[in-house]
Amino acid sequence: MSAILQPLIETGRLWRGQGTAPLRDALPTGFDALDRVLPGGGWPRAALSEILFPADGVGELRLLLPALAMLSREAHPIVLIAPPYLPFPAAWIAAGVDLRYLQIVQADEHDALWAAEQCLRSAACAAVLCWPRQADTATLRRLQLAAETGQTIGFLLRPAQVAAQASMAAVRIGIETAPPRLRVLKCRGGNPPAQAVAFVALAA
Amino acid sequence: MQWACISFPQLALDDVLRRRADHASPLVLFEGAGSRARVMAANAAARHHGLHIGQSLTAARALCPRVNAVEHDAAAVERCHDFLAAWAYRYSSQVCRTFPQTLLLEVRASFRLFGGWAALQAELRRDLAALGFEHRIGAAPNPHAALVLASARGGCAVEDEAHLLDALGMLPVERGGLDATCAESLQRMGLRRLHQLFALPRAELGKRIGAQALLHLDRLRGAATNALAFYQPPDVFDQRIELPLNTASHESLLFPLRRLLRDFSAFLAGRDGGAQRFTLAFEHERGAPTEISVGLLAPERDPELLFAIARARLDRTRLRESVCGLRLVSDELPAFTPTRRDLFDTRPQQAVTWEALRERLRARLGEHAVHGLALHPDHRPERAWRVQGIDPPRGSGSSRGVHPARARDTNGPVSFPQRPTWLLARPIPLRERVARILAGPERIESGWWDGADMRRDYYVIETASHQRAWAFRPAGDDGPFMLQGWFA
Repeated sequence: MSAILQPLIETGRLWRGQGTAPLRDALPTGFDALDRVLPGGGWPRAALSEILFPADGVGELRLLLPALAMLSREAHPIVLIAPPYLPFPAAWIAAGVDLRYLQIVQADEHDALWAAEQCLRSAACAAVLCWPRQADTATLRRLQLAAETGQTIGFLLRPAQVAAQASMAAVRIGIETAPPRLRVLKCRGGNPPAQAVAFVALAA
Repeated sequence: MQWACISFPQLALDDVLRRRADHASPLVLFEGAGSRARVMAANAAARHHGLHIGQSLTAARALCPRVNAVEHDAAAVERCHDFLAAWAYRYSSQVCRTFPQTLLLEVRASFRLFGGWAALQAELRRDLAALGFEHRIGAAPNPHAALVLASARGGCAVEDEAHLLDALGMLPVERGGLDATCAESLQRMGLRRLHQLFALPRAELGKRIGAQALLHLDRLRGAATNALAFYQPPDVFDQRIELPLNTASHESLLFPLRRLLRDFSAFLAGRDGGAQRFTLAFEHERGAPTEISVGLLAPERDPELLFAIARARLDRTRLRESVCGLRLVSDELPAFTPTRRDLFDTRPQQAVTWEALRERLRARLGEHAVHGLALHPDHRPERAWRVQGIDPPRGSGSSRGVHPARARDTNGPVSFPQRPTWLLARPIPLRERVARILAGPERIESGWWDGADMRRDYYVIETASHQRAWAFRPAGDDGPFMLQGWFA
């Protein structure tokens, strides 16, 4: 293998059509079926992951909470930037998130993107969640670069309508509701699987 | 004590020269107006043409018609001297700029940090060469001796008192720092070297040369001391460069810009600070200057980085007319903290602490923009949480909210009834069509004692579009649902 190609393959920027994906630093999602189809075996660290969901309350947080619970044990703050609603402490604690490390940043649309970039770049946070309503490709690229420089996981939670828009995020997952499934739209380091993954229903 | 003395033999000339890219063309500084204008400094190229100090400017122009004549600006030289003091402050906390064209530094205390006099001197010389100043450096155990040694024999360093007398004694009397008439009368008496003076009886010598000169000789030998006023670095950087020619091209602005930023960087290093924000003002002949404000993510002081940023900003700026001057102002100079890191920390270079990041966010978004959450022991969802102020993540402190860790300790493993992850601060009518009720009703009835009485039946609802909502109806009511949260 050429000396130029090898590092690209190792960092997952280039991948082959067939063959096993190289193992990269990743954070398990907590959903085995999803871990199996993601190239690194979970959410890529130091990158953006996009969650596309059709409406509030379809499991967009449930998908992230196992990872956030794990990250809150790293004793670095998890920052929610301009969340659409208030996190209900009881449910977050029940999901295993250490509330001491949950920080909320109140900001308007424009400042939220700035704050997200600052948090991602600073390397002071375990994870950054934000809800950009309007973000063009250039903005997403900035965020992705910030996540790479700061080696921080960034989660973008966006409406399903933007699925057609090009994105720099390393992983894009769309939530489908009927039946509840996760469709991996993009995953850097491998081809997205053709089949959607079953999304386990909330334990009643 | 060990004093280093740096003297700048052509400070005024260097101040002008270092703002110009072209050093080869003849240049003189003149003082006085009209026909009384006299040359007071000339660069090497001008001296090569026979120009010298004291010549009238008319004569100088006759000898070399293409000479650049710049009027001497005493205030600019003072500013330059101030800048050098700010630069020297990084090598010593005791910097004295009282004497003209000279800086005195106490260096003994800095030896351990910089690795002795030889290393320190090399560093000083390298810096000064980069900044573009001609200099002579001397060192001695007392400031006056250092002053005399630096001006008489550049590079001479005397480490201890024993050698000081020998080194001073070798100097000719006229280089001893005595005033000119005194030195001349001593010359006429046949006293050529300082050691001859030191050998004379003190009282009799005093009668001949006066108390002032005697005191000076005592100070040279360290027998008398003099209180020096030390330099205090300012909290604001404000420097201006006047351009030799008005220019509108970005290219020709880069040289003065780079020089300005190098000075800025030297100043920042001197006060162990960085710049978070600075303003570049491009002054025009008429009208307000074009200002570029450069803000940085973290305090920085690397000249190349500052230049790259400023240049990028300049390239995007349209200058409406030609520029005659360039000014850099910065009053936001936070401490430059090389990030404290673990030995095995793999976090990247530009990492800042959460505290620093939070400050930055609060600075822009407002005092209360960043907060945490805490659980509050109340069944009513509106009151089941508290905003946790800006206590650091580790401290529970004075907050009245229950610390989650403590809640867990006292109650054992947490077992809450099913609660949504998102909470609406104020319930709103549920607009979505209810497909089915997954759980409920769960009666929450509380608060009769504090005026916020509440009796509600909560349901977990699946809407037609498969959302999971947490909604309630007033107890005993069959009316529409109110949305309180989402099981997101």
